[in-house]
Amino acid sequence: MTTEIMTIFDKVSDEVITNKEYLTDLDSSIGDGDHGINMARGFSKVKEKIAETTFEGNSQFLKTIAMTLISTVGGASGPLYGTAFLNASKVVSDDNISYDNLIQVGESIIEGIKKRGKAELGEKTMLDTIIPAVNSLKESKSKGINLKPALKNCLKAAEEGMKATIPIIATKGRASYLGERSKGHQDPGATSSYIVIKTIIDEIL
Amino acid sequence: MVGILIVSHSPEIARGTKKLAEQMIQEPIPLKAVGGTDDGRLGTNANLIYEALDKMEKEDGIIILTDLGSANMNVQLALEWFSEKEREKFKIANAPLVEGAVLGVVESSLEHNLEEVLQVIESEDILIKNNS
Repeated sequence: MTTEIMTIFDKVSDEVITNKEYLTDLDSSIGDGDHGINMARGFSKVKEKIAETTFEGNSQFLKTIAMTLISTVGGASGPLYGTAFLNASKVVSDDNISYDNLIQVGESIIEGIKKRGKAELGEKTMLDTIIPAVNSLKESKSKGINLKPALKNCLKAAEEGMKATIPIIATKGRASYLGERSKGHQDPGATSSYIVIKTIIDEIL
Repeated sequence: MVGILIVSHSPEIARGTKKLAEQMIQEPIPLKAVGGTDDGRLGTNANLIYEALDKMEKEDGIIILTDLGSANMNVQLALEWFSEKEREKFKIANAPLVEGAVLGVVESSLEHNLEEVLQVIESEDILIKNNS
């Protein structure tokens, strides 16, 4: 199972690196313009770790990803993604990651980011992508929808959440200094979270 | 004496603020500055913050001064790596970086305790620039 999660995150790293310019462009409009550079640097190191390390299980794997991002990213995304994966490492199953476990991982990620960033839904942050995604998965589960269609719904919810950040006036992060000027721009953090979620789901499906 | 840790996104701001503060005192107090990422870019790094705090004299407590949002997040993350008992020694100040550092070292050098130093640098008076 750890081989599977390693393959998924290797692909996640590739996608983040491929989108370096796009994320930086989004961040230049409303932030400090380093989100793409920061994320690409962090995930380049993640790729290196995946290539050179033997992992004991999913939990140790996610913990290593977390510490790598914390050590190398630099911007707010370091502590935010780091805390998210650190929390995930505490609840993830070392065996097959079940539907229920995936929801549990999602909830622990939300809890970590909320705590670290002191943010809630609708504040033009990465949570605007992640919360709807996890909520959608929970809703599908409660309706008895199978995992594969549930993941498709989840991806759709994540995309809608990301796009919903466009009209919001930022109150968190560097964008909050811009006030009204942050309106009309898609949040870079919500976008990188979407790229991560999309790649994970595409790999599972 | 109360220690002061300066945390900035910029290595130059961190170093410069420390220099400004050092001008104010004759005898050294526990004072360190961390700025930038591990590869010298603008940003902050929880590991570097942890290492700086770990090396500092903690007996009378340490006040941490930060500049922008993610500096705070990385400080919080670094503090979580200390034991609960050690964590009680650290306080993140609600104070401006430069004024907080300058006044903070002065207060510390006068051997005021952690609460007293905090009270001075967190006071609103520190923010007044134009009182005409």
